[in-house]
Amino acid sequence: MNAPQVIKMYAAREEIYPREIKGRYASLRWVCVWLTQLAFYGLPWLSWNGRQAVLFDLASRKFYLFGLVLWPQDFIYLAVLLVMCAWLLFLVTAVAGRVWCGFACPQTVYTEIFLWIERKIEGRRSARIALDRQPPSLKKFSRKSAKHLAWGAVALWTGFSFVGYFTPIRMLGTEALTFSFGPWEWFWVLFYSFATYGNAGWMREQVCKYMCPYARFQSAMFDRDSLIVTYDAKRGEPRNPRSEGGCIDCSMCVQVCPTGIDIRKGLQYECIGCAACIDACNSVMDKVAQPRGLIRYSTDRAMAEGLGARDIQRRALRPRVLIYTGLLGAVALAFIAALWLRTPLKMDVIRDRGSMGREVEDGKIENVYRLQIMNTTEAPHTYRIRASGIPSLNVASDAEVTLAPTETRAVPLRLRTEHGKAQKGSNTIEITLEALDDSAIAVHEKAVFIVPR
Amino acid sequence: MSDFTNGFWNGFIIVLTLLGVIGCGVLLYTQSVHKVLKDHKGPVGTTGHIWDEDLTELNTPMPRWWMWLFYITIVFSLGYLFLYPGLGSYAGTLGWASSGQYKQELAKADADYGPLFAKYQSQDLKAVAADPQAHAIGERLFLTYCAQCHGSDARGNKGFPNLTDKDWLYGGSPDVIKTTIMHGRNGVMPPMGAALGSDKDIENVAHYVLSLSGGTADPIKTVFGKAKFSACMACHTAAGTGNQALGAPNLTDKVWLYGGSAETVMETIRKGRNNTMPAFADFLGEGKVHVLAAYVWGLSNPVEVAKK
Repeated sequence: MNAPQVIKMYAAREEIYPREIKGRYASLRWVCVWLTQLAFYGLPWLSWNGRQAVLFDLASRKFYLFGLVLWPQDFIYLAVLLVMCAWLLFLVTAVAGRVWCGFACPQTVYTEIFLWIERKIEGRRSARIALDRQPPSLKKFSRKSAKHLAWGAVALWTGFSFVGYFTPIRMLGTEALTFSFGPWEWFWVLFYSFATYGNAGWMREQVCKYMCPYARFQSAMFDRDSLIVTYDAKRGEPRNPRSEGGCIDCSMCVQVCPTGIDIRKGLQYECIGCAACIDACNSVMDKVAQPRGLIRYSTDRAMAEGLGARDIQRRALRPRVLIYTGLLGAVALAFIAALWLRTPLKMDVIRDRGSMGREVEDGKIENVYRLQIMNTTEAPHTYRIRASGIPSLNVASDAEVTLAPTETRAVPLRLRTEHGKAQKGSNTIEITLEALDDSAIAVHEKAVFIVPR
Repeated sequence: MSDFTNGFWNGFIIVLTLLGVIGCGVLLYTQSVHKVLKDHKGPVGTTGHIWDEDLTELNTPMPRWWMWLFYITIVFSLGYLFLYPGLGSYAGTLGWASSGQYKQELAKADADYGPLFAKYQSQDLKAVAADPQAHAIGERLFLTYCAQCHGSDARGNKGFPNLTDKDWLYGGSPDVIKTTIMHGRNGVMPPMGAALGSDKDIENVAHYVLSLSGGTADPIKTVFGKAKFSACMACHTAAGTGNQALGAPNLTDKVWLYGGSAETVMETIRKGRNNTMPAFADFLGEGKVHVLAAYVWGLSNPVEVAKK
């Protein structure tokens, strides 16, 4: 009786054959697919100021976003942008659960595209199941090959477009025609293609269930008033084929589910909130002439307490949501204001360390600085250097400097004051750099002028 | 080169690393299946562990591809340790080293920029000085390698000559400047205190030296100093105009390397001075030095440099 039994701690993936479904949410998902992919594939081809409109030039460390050029010093803007994205995700999750997962996440979007290709080549759900059960045959081989070729083509184009955000895409296109990519271009095009092919073709729900960090912490952002895709058990149970108004146990909701769960078992972490089961159930309810909404977007509390749509809406405005919205709005305003007020000119003042200060002709005192000047605009500018803070302080070297578009240059600067005008030791001064053609382009930097004792 | 005082620690690290990797594999293998007694209590799909009477551990299996990723990681690490250094002092079959990579990148940079410097090297220094691109390169090289001593504006510091004037210790022709940068200079002013005699004598000579360039000097001390100046003539010449072959400064102008006050000149005479300009031939290579020499010459001959 005590013969040991072996339990496997790792399980093979079971193939999921999501059934195609039409409906309000399926259409919405396709709208999202079109919008995101038009943006993703199309953006790198746009031109602006004679260059690519959106280009993350890692080699020269400049990020071009239409008229905006971000330098390494502007990384704070990208960081704030990411913070805003995170907050937006929190907000959306608190209000409407995993709608990001179900409609806009790249994993969902590419899986949707790959599923569409699969259906076009291998047929619908039942045909696919039948095909997979068949013994190897020429027909099966040709169908599968065609599918993988089509997937591969989409994946390669995706990888190519992705690299096009980091290397000018038109140049990349010419290189692609002659197979003359550089080693890193090869690597990233193939890597991203392979990731697309593997994730959308093979891994699918495994990514959502086991890889995605968001799937793991989104439960912390849910509460009982967050919208979820849920089954109305009060109305549906007990389920049987002749049930009137309740669940007729047709299992359509299970067949359409891309992660292979049964929503009737309640909220599960595998549920990505794609609402395919809602579309499926609604179409069935229409056929059996029952009201829609056996499976619907509702909240945990609404299900338990029988709340109506109005109550759900009222409860959506709870403190958590208001705080998220407030913070997001504040950060977004600060972000726009900071971008608006950004000076397209940067200057670092570096005092020469070799000498504290030196005496030159007529007993004047001279200090030497190096100005690291960055013209962050895409036009040439001539700037005037000025210094203030000590009487008689003046610029002894060239007071005007011209920089080419997006040029960075180190400019030596000599400041001079007459003897006895400043106290011995360290004096705080201010160095100003101002564009001659636009007084709005100006920076002020504090520096130190040293008078030898 | 031995990394450790004896071979034991080398072996210790090798054994520890390999045991760690193999241990991971063994752990993974033994933990991927679990034996339970058939009549264990608890619902189906549990591991058979029961705590506190009714707490059971569910068996929600991990995906199998995940397990294979772990095995692939182990194979990868062994392959890595075979190819790259990581096992004690074993160098790996690829023979990779960070110093080797540095040399490789240096060689690549030389290959990339070499032709540019070679182009300038074949040109006359004055022609290079008039080239705007060479001027920009020279300016950057100067700010990187020369500004520490000579200042960002090349006007020098105490003990480090000003490069923008027409006064030169060793000569200001383009070729001499290049030689100076290539091979460096050693300027030695010996301590003359003992040779000159008393402190009074030193003070007198100092005043004579100041008088040569028309500085404020005591006329009586100057007269006495002139008599003692013979000790200085070997280098600075009888007229005090210096000798560029030796790097002996001209004492008749108002340019002072260490300062033109009587106290400073006295200190210079008493204790001597030692000046070193390092040689850059090996460090920068002749191509860069050529561009630098042209830039430095251009600093004191600005009229001839084409404006950008």
